Amino acid sequence: MPELNLTSAPAHLRHGSNIGQPLTRRDGVLKVTGQATYAADNHPPGMLFAVMAVAGISRGRVVSLDVAAAKRHRGVVDVMTPDHKPPLAIDPEIKTSPFVFRMEVLQSHEVRYANQPIAVVIAETLEAATEGAVLLAPRYESLPALVGLDAGESFVPPAVGVGNPTENHRGDVEAGLASAEKQIDAVYETPPQYHNAMEPHAIVAHWDGDKLSVDMPTQGLRLSLARIAELFGIAHDKIHIRSPFLGGGFGSKGFLAGPQTLGIMAAKLVGRPVKLVLRREQMYGPVGHRAPTRQRLRIGADGEGRLTALDHHARTVSSTFDDFYEPAADASHTLYAAPAIRTSHDAVRVNTGTPLFMRAPGEATGSIALESAIDEMAWACGMDPLAFRLKNYAEREPISGKPFSSKALRACYEQGAARFGWAKRSLQPRQMRDDAGLLVGWGMGTATFPALMFQAEARAAIRRDGSGVMEIGAHDMGQGAWTALAQIAADAVGLDIDRVTFKSGTSDLPDAGIAGGSAHTATAGAAIHSAGAAVIAKLADLATNDGRSPLFGAGNAGVIARDGRLIRRDDESRSESYAEILARAGVAEVEARGTGVPNPAAMEEYAMHAHGAVFAEVKVDPELGQIRVSRMVGAFAAGRIVNPRMVQSQLFGGMIWGLSFALHEEAITDRRTGRIMNANLGEYHVPVNADVPPLDVVTVEEHDPHVNALGIKGVGEIGITGSAGAVANAVWHATGVRVRRFPIKIDDLLTQP
Amino acid sequence: MKPFDYVRPATVTEAIAAAAQPGAVYLAAGTNLLDLMKGNISRPDRLVDVTHLGGLDGIERLADGGLRIGALVRNADLAHDADFARSYPAVAEALLSGASAQLRNAATVGGNLLQRTRCAYFYDTASRCNKRDAGSGCDARHGENRSHAVLGWSEHCIATHPSDFCVPLVALDAVVEIEGRNGRREIALEALHRLPGDAPERESALEPGDLIVAVRLPPVASGFAAHARYLKVRERTSYAFAMVSAAAALRIESGKIIEARLALGGVAAKPWRARGAEDVLRGVAPTADAFQEAGWRALTDAKPSGDNAFKIELARRIVVRALALAAAGTPARLPALPASPFASTTGAIHA
Repeated sequence: MPELNLTSAPAHLRHGSNIGQPLTRRDGVLKVTGQATYAADNHPPGMLFAVMAVAGISRGRVVSLDVAAAKRHRGVVDVMTPDHKPPLAIDPEIKTSPFVFRMEVLQSHEVRYANQPIAVVIAETLEAATEGAVLLAPRYESLPALVGLDAGESFVPPAVGVGNPTENHRGDVEAGLASAEKQIDAVYETPPQYHNAMEPHAIVAHWDGDKLSVDMPTQGLRLSLARIAELFGIAHDKIHIRSPFLGGGFGSKGFLAGPQTLGIMAAKLVGRPVKLVLRREQMYGPVGHRAPTRQRLRIGADGEGRLTALDHHARTVSSTFDDFYEPAADASHTLYAAPAIRTSHDAVRVNTGTPLFMRAPGEATGSIALESAIDEMAWACGMDPLAFRLKNYAEREPISGKPFSSKALRACYEQGAARFGWAKRSLQPRQMRDDAGLLVGWGMGTATFPALMFQAEARAAIRRDGSGVMEIGAHDMGQGAWTALAQIAADAVGLDIDRVTFKSGTSDLPDAGIAGGSAHTATAGAAIHSAGAAVIAKLADLATNDGRSPLFGAGNAGVIARDGRLIRRDDESRSESYAEILARAGVAEVEARGTGVPNPAAMEEYAMHAHGAVFAEVKVDPELGQIRVSRMVGAFAAGRIVNPRMVQSQLFGGMIWGLSFALHEEAITDRRTGRIMNANLGEYHVPVNADVPPLDVVTVEEHDPHVNALGIKGVGEIGITGSAGAVANAVWHATGVRVRRFPIKIDDLLTQP
Repeated sequence: MKPFDYVRPATVTEAIAAAAQPGAVYLAAGTNLLDLMKGNISRPDRLVDVTHLGGLDGIERLADGGLRIGALVRNADLAHDADFARSYPAVAEALLSGASAQLRNAATVGGNLLQRTRCAYFYDTASRCNKRDAGSGCDARHGENRSHAVLGWSEHCIATHPSDFCVPLVALDAVVEIEGRNGRREIALEALHRLPGDAPERESALEPGDLIVAVRLPPVASGFAAHARYLKVRERTSYAFAMVSAAAALRIESGKIIEARLALGGVAAKPWRARGAEDVLRGVAPTADAFQEAGWRALTDAKPSGDNAFKIELARRIVVRALALAAAGTPARLPALPASPFASTTGAIHA
């Protein structure tokens, strides 16, 4: 792979610091000119193509594969099956950590879900491997499939999400409901949704003796490296993963996936480099997805529209062989100031691949139900939905009673409502029409997402020529990490961004933590910030201890790093450039490492969340029921905004996903076989350009001194929350029909003549 | 992918000879066929590429006032032909409501007529499908069939024909010109597609080797230009097949409908001509009541094939609306969102 050159773009105009500037993507030119190398673009000499054969049933076992027929096909080199595969160092069924999920890597003939890999054909060409997989013509012993939210006995899982308690409560919910003047009791359903990143999961694996080099998209370089090491029984330093660009991750590329492991196994089996890329339909099974939910909300309010109780129960599903439970009800923990809150979950097991993380896991599913229910409650109380939300504004986190580290939600409501023109909304539904006679509805939702921090490390250096280096194995999933983290790096070492070599995206660099939980900029950024401070401190040591320096005697705390110079804090006329300091000291460079870690004391004291308010306008044909969103405004407060342009794009993307959640996305599952019947981008609908209206994003000023050193909260996921509910509520306001099963469909709105 | 022979005949006669062999299929733009091959739904032995045949890509005004459209004319070229759009506005609107701009730039007239159903069970090779594998059964019948047929279906198949283009063409009595082993013949487009009956694998009246060379619109077809619309309800604003669509074309004189044409899409294995509804409208004033009556008549024989009873009510409403839009007059310009219920929305920039 050629050295990445991210600085070929024209220089940007900047004023002052790098952080806060709306730089365009530094990798943008590479991408639009096709020079950005994604995993599947790699073709090492001698590379073969691997194609998975996947199960056509969702429960049972494979009783035969016509391996001979596949091998007879011209170009086929080998067929990997449960009976013919390289050994793994450990059983893939063993969960060695909470972040290890079971994967299907041909360890048995059992079929646990449709589209499970059952063999891998390796061939000289993609076409030969593809046909080889067809020629395997698997035969099965089939068992009745477990399908849907009522597939079997429900149970209470030990935890939901990542170790969240399954049940949580504060106050007496039943008493709160009993005392309520108004009550609602409503059930909402959300469908299974599948990952459709533009780039499907891919891997190019190349063994050289006991050394392994891997090109694959990952949101967790070090986590993937550790998993490969334990599966294949090799030392960490024998493995090199390159993941400079991802064509979208959204949670599906957080962990090493079964198909990627199969690619490494295939390369080992044939002793040549192997590429394996999932077909679109193969994404619907082995790489995680968002589980369906059925959520019951019971809410009580007093005569003045103040909540008396909020009870949120979510039913979801997991696979028959592993545990991940969409923590949908947890959405009710943080937003509305009910004196009594109870959240609970139960689940059934079905024949699917294990559901996993999908952008705002739990928050997205929970938000559309909660925001719909709050809207219903506001209507029941005869109140404007915004007034109702303000009446129940939480000054402290409702479930814990903790103060918020910062919360500018009130400003989000105000600025978003003003931008949208919310004040002119009619209280009654089905009152507004446009010039063409279409029904018009306005809806809103509150957005929220926790401000998380993981652990990361970075290495910084200042070189003899006065330039800087920052190294961190971070992940650019398309969100702009190459740009935003480099901006933080530039400020951390007191240099212009073009004077800092920013290295990222490979597993030999310091661990940046996982790019998930909307925490990557905060986590990696904190490590970069601290590495930069450490290297500047070393540089300052050199200068302030050297009698020949104008900074002699200034002391470590007494200098500021700016524009490639150290400047005496109390006397700006005394300064020296980095190059001068290093030249005099006779060293090639100084380097230092820094870490970014969560602050447990602050987390104990404060609840940390980003917030926002989303307002949507929809138009609905009164007779035909077709829906189109015509306007959306989102106002978000997410702490410090490192790059306003990237942040706006992230929030746009989230809002579009929310629109999609309300109106489009759904995996249609055959009720008898458990097979997904729309596993392609023609029929698994996501919004197209014509579905997406002009979007307006406002970022509300918010200073958070507690959340982390840089005050960053993250914007990757919050845009979905609030948005989905806002669209759904707007459909109600347009039509007077409350649809509680998502996505909302044409037939849901044909009830009125 | 299954290996296949690729031949590029120089003449129509050579093409017919090559395609008459068992396992051979014609290839035009391939916007449907290549997907079917990649998905292992179609496994032809031989592709006969007709895109280099001469003389099949013209739009020709005929002396009698009709129009002849070569089978290789691209959907986008036809829709953007100003004369064509002026004379047959509902056809242009239907074309522009289909697929995406990229697909319309590639897809051909002949290929559009012969595109296969979008039934998920047809595409899913792990499911039983009488179209894909004759006699194997129909897993759609008791499966996820919300978008399936409500007219003309049988226990053996409940799939629909997905074309938008064919719907106004059938309404306007389009004729298909076919070259075959026994020379040239013509059939009405309405007779090209077959209802499933007990042989859903036989989708059209074409014989092995038959090549559609042109589609012809008769002279009277342009007489509806002042009152012709296509309306398509779908589950996203663009790039989706019709849940239900309708083409309505009227000739109105002195406040009376002289002649009405009506066809429905997305409801049956073929574009569905609603002659009964046309009869209701002949000689009456274009009123809401008349259109309601036509809506009822058009769906008289409809019955759900599964979880799709709503499509019958939706189809009635679409008929009423399409007729009302047609009666109101063809707009001077094609709307930015052709055939969409949101066509009139101001500020729409594209489909």
